[in-house]
Amino acid sequence: MEQNTAQPPCSRKDYLGAIDPKWCPGCGAFPVLSGVTAAFAALEIPKEKIAVVSGIGCSSRFPYYLDTFGLHTIHGRPATVAMGLKTTRPDLSVWVVSGDGDSLSIGGNHFLHTMRRNPDINYLLFNNQIYGLTKGQASPTSAAGTISKTSVYGSIDMPVQPLSLALTAGATFAARVLDSDLTTMKEVFKQAERHRGISFVEILFNCVTFADGALEAVADKKKRSDNTVMLKAGEPIIFGRESDKGIRMKGTTPEVVTLGQNGISAADLLVHDPADFNLAFLLSRLHYPAAPLPLGIFRQVAQPTYNERLIEQKRRGAPKPGEDALGKLLRGPDFWEEKTG
Amino acid sequence: MNALPAESIDVIRQPINKATIRLAGDSGDGMQLAGERFTAASAIMGNEVATLSNFPAEIRAPLGTLAGVSGFQVTFGVGRVHTIADEADTLLAMNPAALRKNIPCLKKGGILIVDEDTFTADDLSKAGYAENPLNTAALKDYQLFPVPMTKITRESLKKTELLKKEKEIDRCRNFFALGLACWLYQRDLKTTLQWLDRKFSRHPEVAGANKIALQSGWNYGESTGVFPVIFVLEGAAAGREPGFYRRVTGNEAAALGLVSAAAKAGLPLYFGGYPITPASEIMQELSKLAWPDVFTFQAEDEIAAVGAAVGAAYGGALAATATSGPGFVLKTEFINLAVMVELPLVVIDVQRAGPSTGLPTKTEQSDLLAALWGRSGDSPLVVMAAQSPKDCFDVVVEAARVAVKYMTPVVVLSDNYLSTGTEIWRIPELDDLPEITISRELKGKDKFLPYERNPETLARPWVVPGTAGKGHRVGGLEKDLTGMISDDPKNHQKMTRLRAEKINNVTKEIGPLTVHGDPAGKLLLIGWGSTYGIIRQVVEKLHKTGMPVACTHLRYLHPLPEDLGDLIRRFPDVLVPENNMGQLWLKLRAEFAKEYIRNLNVVEGRPFTEREIEDAIIDRLKEK
Ligand SMILES: Cc1ncc(C[n+]2csc(CCOP(=O)(O)OP(=O)(O)O)c2C)c(N)n1
Ligand code: SF4
Repeated sequence: MEQNTAQPPCSRKDYLGAIDPKWCPGCGAFPVLSGVTAAFAALEIPKEKIAVVSGIGCSSRFPYYLDTFGLHTIHGRPATVAMGLKTTRPDLSVWVVSGDGDSLSIGGNHFLHTMRRNPDINYLLFNNQIYGLTKGQASPTSAAGTISKTSVYGSIDMPVQPLSLALTAGATFAARVLDSDLTTMKEVFKQAERHRGISFVEILFNCVTFADGALEAVADKKKRSDNTVMLKAGEPIIFGRESDKGIRMKGTTPEVVTLGQNGISAADLLVHDPADFNLAFLLSRLHYPAAPLPLGIFRQVAQPTYNERLIEQKRRGAPKPGEDALGKLLRGPDFWEEKTG
Repeated sequence: MNALPAESIDVIRQPINKATIRLAGDSGDGMQLAGERFTAASAIMGNEVATLSNFPAEIRAPLGTLAGVSGFQVTFGVGRVHTIADEADTLLAMNPAALRKNIPCLKKGGILIVDEDTFTADDLSKAGYAENPLNTAALKDYQLFPVPMTKITRESLKKTELLKKEKEIDRCRNFFALGLACWLYQRDLKTTLQWLDRKFSRHPEVAGANKIALQSGWNYGESTGVFPVIFVLEGAAAGREPGFYRRVTGNEAAALGLVSAAAKAGLPLYFGGYPITPASEIMQELSKLAWPDVFTFQAEDEIAAVGAAVGAAYGGALAATATSGPGFVLKTEFINLAVMVELPLVVIDVQRAGPSTGLPTKTEQSDLLAALWGRSGDSPLVVMAAQSPKDCFDVVVEAARVAVKYMTPVVVLSDNYLSTGTEIWRIPELDDLPEITISRELKGKDKFLPYERNPETLARPWVVPGTAGKGHRVGGLEKDLTGMISDDPKNHQKMTRLRAEKINNVTKEIGPLTVHGDPAGKLLLIGWGSTYGIIRQVVEKLHKTGMPVACTHLRYLHPLPEDLGDLIRRFPDVLVPENNMGQLWLKLRAEFAKEYIRNLNVVEGRPFTEREIEDAIIDRLKEK
């Protein structure tokens, strides 16, 4: 198991695998592959130091299309595998790739516990609001009323908001990106990799085959500026084609306002602060069409990672140098010696 | 402190070479502890020991009730002690419920000591006694000794003022009982006194009070003249090899085995677990170690526990998980992933009575078929079983060795009886352990292929992330040599065969079977797991009386030892005793197709008794 580091690759293509992705033509997973490899290249991560661990689903085929280390696991549980890997191999850059069904339905329990432990893992949730691989059943993020093969009369379950869930579970980095916005994707993935701790990124991607158009109102380039808002740390929350709309608080509820109307100015608006949990949570509840859909980094705070806390314990509990710790352990407190046979 | 029995009182010193004592009380009475200290004292005095602890599933069932009774039985002797005896020579019962529940375990004519102070109307009715059995003929078959244990403990401790509350004082009753038991069997008090000092170093008043209670128990026996006989173990002690010794439970041994195997292999140890009776102690033991290269992870469930272990194995650690029945089945899909991606993994299943929640604190051997065949697909892996508490160490080391050599999950079957049972163990050195060879990349190949196999073992190489130029993808989908997805039907057939062949190659690791008893006999008993001691004991005993009976015990359940077929064919009759409904029996019938392979099954949540095995052997021999 020798590990030596070769020269880092310099272009995004160096990170791509030998086979062409088998996604449907036009699937939103393609641009994500570009975004992820672009981030790898920008950060110059040595290929062999990257381990991509995925669940099961269309999106979870991701590792096969990379020239890094990859482990395609079982449905819903890649985060558990990543947990054991990262704990014992902190030198690796570990990426979880998981679908909305994978993470939030069958893997919901692991999702919660991975967020609260804050391991230094990048968690990419590919949310297409449908089960793709199994050919079009409603998923836990499908909007209420969604008609699918298993919700023939419309889904009667309320959808999960992945960001709200991640935040309340303790995510120290939480962001949302669109498959159609390569620039933001690359930037957010870079920030995710740099963040120490769990970096949760919800990627809204289009399933052309089974949920085409579900994202149209927010992903379409022409509608995006009116229907979404890009969060920027330290700046007032402003959106709209004319940059004339904003969000301010009315009591405990956010409301959309137009700048210049009723004497409202930028000073009245919420200012984005990724360290403010309450603000991040509140923003995670905003959805189109009631409000613009927030994009970008919702939360980013420095907290000790799982490995850091573990190392701290091990620093205190480690055997002293030269101590026969194993011998002492095997003997236990109650041993005796037999001298003659 | 403990002198020899006073000369002034006439007490008969009866020589014995083996005895069995059972201590029983409410689960809060500390009888497990008393039993453990009795065992420790016996072990250090050079005796062999075997123990059985029997505690309620509810930690605190209502006080004084039958459901709350906890018992500890130890057989100790100067010769070999393969297993606990069926019946106790002496029963110490701390309350009516303990008496009622345990009296069937006392042999007729045996010594029965009870704390008479607890035989109040209230406690009698909780135990379901209409009348006080101490006052009727109900116990006439036993030598009954009612002792005012509560009263004497209170009296002897009140004047010392070490403990203030009566409730605290009453908690020392178990040490009074222990002191009395130690006197009866002449067990040295020294080890217990030292243990109390160590255990309660921060609470010297508790140590002091318990010491007084212990001594009062001893003195009661010695000075009252109530007991006519004491028992003295005599005979040649089984010579112990020079070295360091300790007592060890099956779960402790399993945990120590994992740490030792990792150290021997030069790998970090990663353990993922989720609490479940009777496996939790393995995780708890490992949790004590904040070593740089030992990682213990309490996961959110059994699936995550094994998933994290798979991740650690992928990264190059010796990875393990431990559980019991309900958790074992939850792990199935990840075990299958490890079969498919071919990563080493040790899965310990400390079996308990099932199905479902079953009898959580009772023993059974009924997960064998789940381990062998309980996965989707053709999913071969290695299955081994431990035969005694200390054997859990050796089996776990063996499992780790085979796992990293063959790149496969290995299931280790232990059970509730082994997990809490104790045995004297010669502490090994790292040098005593077998060499552990890791499946590495083949030399002299110009292209790295993640599924290119070692021609001898058929194992693939363990190439971990971080290895420059060797990036590759593996997963649960069928693949070809490169690790890439392949849905070619011919390839699937080939890979399925290869996975099975690889596991069959593990037969090369199995030593020849040992046969005890009459190798040219008429009846062969085949056992596995925790039935080892009892089967061997009965077979050797009957063989000595001239019966043509033999036994062998399987450590490997899959693959089976190569010489098993020949051995079976040498005997005209084969009996397979198991604490399940015939699981190994089914496998042996399937593999060897011999109708004369019969089964003997007991599923009462306890190990076999001598009588059950003896009767079955005599029956079978008669039939022939
Ligand atoms: C234990 C188990 N249950 C069910 C499946 C079938 N299955 C495969 S992928 C999937 C859901 C895929 O949806 P999602 O996670 O949203 O990923 P997508 O395909 O949309 O990217 C299901 C139910 C499976 N592989 N394993
Ligand atoms: S089914 Fe949907 S998610 Fe799957 S590859 Fe096709 S477009 Fe993409």
